[in-house]
Amino acid sequence: MTDLLLPLDALHRRLGARVVAFAGYAMPIQFAGIIAEHQWTRTSAGLFDVSHMGQLTLPCAADVALEGLLPGDITGLRTGVLRYSLLLNGHGGILDDLMVTRRDDDLYLVVNGATKHADLTHLRAAGLSPVYRDDLALLALQGPKAVTALERLVPGVAALHFMRAAAFDWDGAPLWISRSGYTGEDGFEISVPGDRTEALAEALLAQPEVRPVGLGARDSLRLEAGLPLYGHDLTPDTTPVEAGLSFAVSKRRKAEGGFPGAAIVLAQLLAGPARRRVGLAIDGRQPVREGAAVIVDDAVAGLVTSGGFGPALGSSIAMAYVPAAAAADGTRLQVEVRGKRLDATVVPMPFFPKSYVREGAPR
Amino acid sequence: MTLYFTKDHEWVAVDGTSGTVGVTDYAQGQLGDVVFVEVPVTGTSVTKGTATAVVESVKAASDVYSPVSGSVTEANAALTDDPALVNTDPEGRGWFFKLTLADAGELATLMDEAAYKTFVASL
Repeated sequence: MTDLLLPLDALHRRLGARVVAFAGYAMPIQFAGIIAEHQWTRTSAGLFDVSHMGQLTLPCAADVALEGLLPGDITGLRTGVLRYSLLLNGHGGILDDLMVTRRDDDLYLVVNGATKHADLTHLRAAGLSPVYRDDLALLALQGPKAVTALERLVPGVAALHFMRAAAFDWDGAPLWISRSGYTGEDGFEISVPGDRTEALAEALLAQPEVRPVGLGARDSLRLEAGLPLYGHDLTPDTTPVEAGLSFAVSKRRKAEGGFPGAAIVLAQLLAGPARRRVGLAIDGRQPVREGAAVIVDDAVAGLVTSGGFGPALGSSIAMAYVPAAAAADGTRLQVEVRGKRLDATVVPMPFFPKSYVREGAPR
Repeated sequence: MTLYFTKDHEWVAVDGTSGTVGVTDYAQGQLGDVVFVEVPVTGTSVTKGTATAVVESVKAASDVYSPVSGSVTEANAALTDDPALVNTDPEGRGWFFKLTLADAGELATLMDEAAYKTFVASL
């Protein structure tokens, strides 16, 4: 199958991107280099093209039915507020992670690129009628200077708090902008009509704070931020509780249930899961990758689901599923790489502190 | 000293029966930022074309195949603290290991610098 092209494909190539196949798209893995792009995002502002992600809308009245598929409080969601949630199967396994925002006229969902078609099928099977907005592109501007750069082009965005969104206009183009992202940094995600994406991206890249960033740094940034990646750290075989995402089970839904796998998920919330996603700090610099065995008491006890070198940390970090008995912070264990066992410690995530601009927090 | 190259983008600089092995500038460009290198210990016996070292970039681990057979005499200790030498000076201070060649006849199967440049240009 030929890879689909992103709206910014020509721009990416003009900027010297190395392009790889991902989620059915030809996507830029890097521009200047993964470490340079990673550090630029941590200190200034990186522009990411994440148009492979699925943007869907549902009627506002679909909130009740949507709650039948996920454990979040959607009926109680206020306009302009994002909620991180999880589509679950009947065993409480995660089919996808997504953002749901209530807007004046609809519910706006952003789902993963690799799962968006399966999600559409899943939503339709539940009697919902999602509209797949493939006429829209999605850009992310992330980093401590993202707000300065974007405010210059789109006055008013600085007033948004973390996990809040609103409609804006840029040069006649309607934008839907949320203060959110996947890097652990302050920043924005910008939904823009496909035919205006290149002009907006060029305008952003003309700001002195902004440089283009590829998928490679997107992965290393989210890893340092402790954010799970669907298809790797989250799968149909992992539950929200095992994945450390119990916060995505809203208070009312804990009391009422009524979401797929509720009996299993609620039981795990009470008794604790048998295994948990944990952060591992590996002694030394050697990266450990997805699939590496975690060794506890000389026996294989779990698997690494994401891992690599954390450029801002200067050390090797990983996420893994381990038995509850080995999940406490400070637990010493080992990870096996090419027959060699590397010592590691269970540490709290994020590995690198988050810099969100939360409502009610001092600026 | 004569330089030889493989289609897998390793080089070996040969001086008599001793060789120094590394990866080419083209290889480091493809790998991206190198964050870790695993080199064989002194005394290891290596066979031409087999995975002998591992180079890890931010995104992936890649095998490095020995261009020739022989016995490892020294690994580049500088790569432990500064693996990025593979990016900044791949055909100099970013060398991986030195070895004593087991069979100088193997060199005839490798490319010289001109042939390697032509090969890279064709990629």
